[in-house]
Amino acid sequence: MPMLEVENIHSYYGNIHALKGVSLTVEKGEIVTLIGGNGAGKTTTLRSISGILKPLEGTVRFEGEDLAPFKPHKLVAKGISMVPEGRGIFSRLTVAENLDMGAYVRSDKAEIKVDLERVFTLLPRLKERRSQVAGTLSGGEQQMLATGRALMARPRLLLMDEPSMGLAPVLVESIFEKIVEINQEGMTILLVEQNALMALSIAHRGYVMQTGEIVLHDKASNLQTNKMVQKAYLGME
Amino acid sequence: MTNKSTLKQLFSAGLINGGIIIFLGLVGMIETFSQRDIVSGLVSMGFILLFLPFFVFGYSIAKKEPDQSLRTVLFAGGLTGLVAGFTTALLPILGQFVNIRDMFMNASPTLYSILNFNQGIYLGGLILMIVSGIIGALGAGFLLIPPRLRNAFLQAVVWTVLLGLMRDLLIVMIARWGAISYIFRWIFASSGLTITGALVIFFLVGVVYYWRSGKKQDLPVKKILSKKQKNIRFGKLVAAVILMLLLPQILGIYFSEILDNVGIYILMGLGLNIVIGFAGLLDLGYVAFFAIGAYVVGVLTSPEMGVIQITFWQALPFALLASVTAGVILGLPVLKMRGDYLAIVTLGFGEIIRLLSLSDWLRPYLGGTQGIQRIARPFIGSLELKTQGQLYYLIVAAILIAGFIAWRLKDSHMGRSWMAMREDEDVAQAMGINLVATKLSAFATGAFFAGLAGAIFAAKLSSAYPQSMNLMVSINVLCLIIVGGMGSIPGVFVGALVLMGSPELLREFSEFRYLVYGALLVVMMLVRPEGLWPEARRKLELHESMEPDALPNDIPTVTENPAG
Repeated sequence: MPMLEVENIHSYYGNIHALKGVSLTVEKGEIVTLIGGNGAGKTTTLRSISGILKPLEGTVRFEGEDLAPFKPHKLVAKGISMVPEGRGIFSRLTVAENLDMGAYVRSDKAEIKVDLERVFTLLPRLKERRSQVAGTLSGGEQQMLATGRALMARPRLLLMDEPSMGLAPVLVESIFEKIVEINQEGMTILLVEQNALMALSIAHRGYVMQTGEIVLHDKASNLQTNKMVQKAYLGME
Repeated sequence: MTNKSTLKQLFSAGLINGGIIIFLGLVGMIETFSQRDIVSGLVSMGFILLFLPFFVFGYSIAKKEPDQSLRTVLFAGGLTGLVAGFTTALLPILGQFVNIRDMFMNASPTLYSILNFNQGIYLGGLILMIVSGIIGALGAGFLLIPPRLRNAFLQAVVWTVLLGLMRDLLIVMIARWGAISYIFRWIFASSGLTITGALVIFFLVGVVYYWRSGKKQDLPVKKILSKKQKNIRFGKLVAAVILMLLLPQILGIYFSEILDNVGIYILMGLGLNIVIGFAGLLDLGYVAFFAIGAYVVGVLTSPEMGVIQITFWQALPFALLASVTAGVILGLPVLKMRGDYLAIVTLGFGEIIRLLSLSDWLRPYLGGTQGIQRIARPFIGSLELKTQGQLYYLIVAAILIAGFIAWRLKDSHMGRSWMAMREDEDVAQAMGINLVATKLSAFATGAFFAGLAGAIFAAKLSSAYPQSMNLMVSINVLCLIIVGGMGSIPGVFVGALVLMGSPELLREFSEFRYLVYGALLVVMMLVRPEGLWPEARRKLELHESMEPDALPNDIPTVTENPAG
C-alpha cells in the first residue's frame, strides 16, 4: 500500500478547473517530485492534498485512510507536515518559537526536546540563530527554518512546496543536500519544484504536470534523459 | 562648510517649523495655553508651545549635519531657527493688512502680541527672529552635550513642566495632607510654580536622574538575582502594592475619578490587546461588548426596568456571559475575513449595538435615549461601593484579575496560536492550529474584558446611556494600545495613563484633545512605531541594528528558552 495515494482529483478555483484528474502515489521512504511550469497546478495539487482546497472529485488517501473528512489543521496530527511556499515562517517570532510552533499539536515534552536537538544537529544554523527574530534571517536560513519546523511535528510524510524559490543557486544546492539527508533518515517526501534539474537529481520518481494534468510519470533518472522534459524544463535542445 | 543642498534643507526645515507654529497659533493653542503658567509670571505653557518647536527643529537639523563641529552645528540650528522665526513673524504682518480673522477665529490681536512680545509687528518680528535663532542654535548645541547630562536635563524639564501644569490639582491634593502640606506649599504660586520651586524641582530631578543613569550603565546583561536582590525586589513590590492601595486616600476625589476612568480603559485595553495585539484581528466595534456588559447589568439591577431586580454581583455573571456570547456571535460571520474587511464589519457591529440601545423599538427594555438610571452599585458585605475612592478598589481588583489572565494567556498554548495566526493564517493552519477555535477564543476573551469594564462602568455611574457607547470609545482603546505598544501588557497601562489621564489633568487640553491625539499618533508612528512600552519582540523587530550576518558564529545564545 502506498503511503500517499492521490486518485483522479478535480479541484476548482471558482469556475476555473485547476486540476483535471490528477493521480499520483508516494511510497514509504521515497522522494517523489512534482515538476512543471508556472500555473501547471503543482501547488494546487499540494493544497488539495492538505485539504486547504477541497477537491470536488477523487480521493486522497494517506496510509489507506481517506483524508476528505479532515479539516486542514487535523493533518499534522495524522502525520503529514507541510513546508509552505515562499518560506512561510512566522517572521515576528523567534527561531526557537517557530520551531515550537511546529510541535504545536504534540504534548510529549521530552520527545519534543529530542526532536529539537535532532533538528539542530541537522540544521546547525538554526541553533546559532535560535533567539533571533525569524524575519531577520537570510532567505536560505528561512527555508531551513520552515523545513526544521515541519520536522518538529515528527511527520511521516513531508510535503515541500518549492523550497528553491527565490534562493541563490549555492543555497539551493545546500537545501537540496539537506532534503536528501532528511530522506536518508527515513522521511518520505513529496517535493513540488520548478527547478526540475535539481529536483530530478535527488528524487526517486517524478511526475510532470502541465495545465492541471499529469503528462508524464517515470523514474527520475529516466525523466532526466527524456527528450520532452529536457526541452521543456531542463533547457536542453 | 555648508553646501547648497544642506542650505536648502535648513531653509525647508525652518519653513516647516514656522508653519507648525502658525498652525498652533491659528487653532488657538498658543493663546489658550499662554494663560496657563508653569513658572508663575515667567514661563507659561503657551510660551513653551511657541519656543519648543525652534528647539526641537534646531536639535534634529543639527543631528542630520554630516559635520558635527561646534561651528556647523550652531550655524545650522541658528539658521533654521531664524528662518522659522521669520516665517512666524509673517503671520502678524499678514494679519495687519488682511482680515484673516474671518477664516481663523483665533488670529486675534492677543495672539499677535504674544508672537511679537508686545513690541509691534516690525520690531516684534525682529525680536522673534533673533530669539528663535538663538533657541534654534541652543537646540543644536544641545546635541553636543554628553548624552547622560542631556537626558538628565530633559527629565528635569519634563518634570518641572508637568508639575507646573498640574499645580491646581496638586494644591487640592496637598491640602488633604494636613500638617505635611506645609512642606510643599512654597513650591506652588497662585498659578503655576514659584521660581524657587521650579528651580528646586529642576535641579533635584536633574541631579537624581544623572546620578541614577550613571549607576545603571554597568548592567548590560540581566544578571541572575541573588537572594538579597530578590528580597529587595520583593520589598519594592510590596511597597508598590501598598502605595497603590493607599492612592485614593492620598490623592483625593478628583484624582480618584481620573484613576477610575483610566482603570476602565485599562480593562478594555487589556481585552482589545488580546484581539488586536495578540491575535491580529482588527476590531473597531469593540465598544459593543462594553455596551452589552453595561446594559445587561443595567437591565437586571435597575428598578426602572421592570423585568427582575437582582444585585450587582448576581448580575455580573450574566453580563459577562452575554458579552462573551456576543463575541462569539460576532466572530462567526467574520471567520473568513482579514484585515480591513474585518475592521469594517466589526465597525458596523459596534454601530448596530449602539443604535439598538438608542432605538424606540427597544425603549421599553433598554430605555432608548434616556438610558437606564438607578443601576445598583456593588455591595461588599453591607458596604456600598459608592465613592470614587471605593470604586477604585473594585476596578483595581478587576484589573489585577484581567491583567493576570492576559499575562498567563500570552505564554500559553492558546497565546502561541493567536500569535501564529496573527503572523500567517495559512501557515498556522498547516501547523495544526484550528483557526475557527482560535479566532473565536480571541473574540470571546476580548469581549469578556470589555463586558467586565462595561458592567463596572454602569455601576460606577449608576446609569447607562447610548451616548457613552459611541465609536470614539473603540477608537480611544485602539489608540491607547498603539501608543502603549501593540501586544504589550504594560503598554496598555502606559497608553491608558497617557491618553486617558492627561486630558483630564489639563483642562485646556480637552479642547484640542483629538488634534493632539492625531498629532501624537503620527509622531509615534514616525519616531517610535513600537509604542511607549513595546513588547520585547516588537523592539527586536523594529530596531534590529545589528546585521544578523555580522554576528560571530561562536557566540553562545543568551536565552536557553526565550520567553515568548
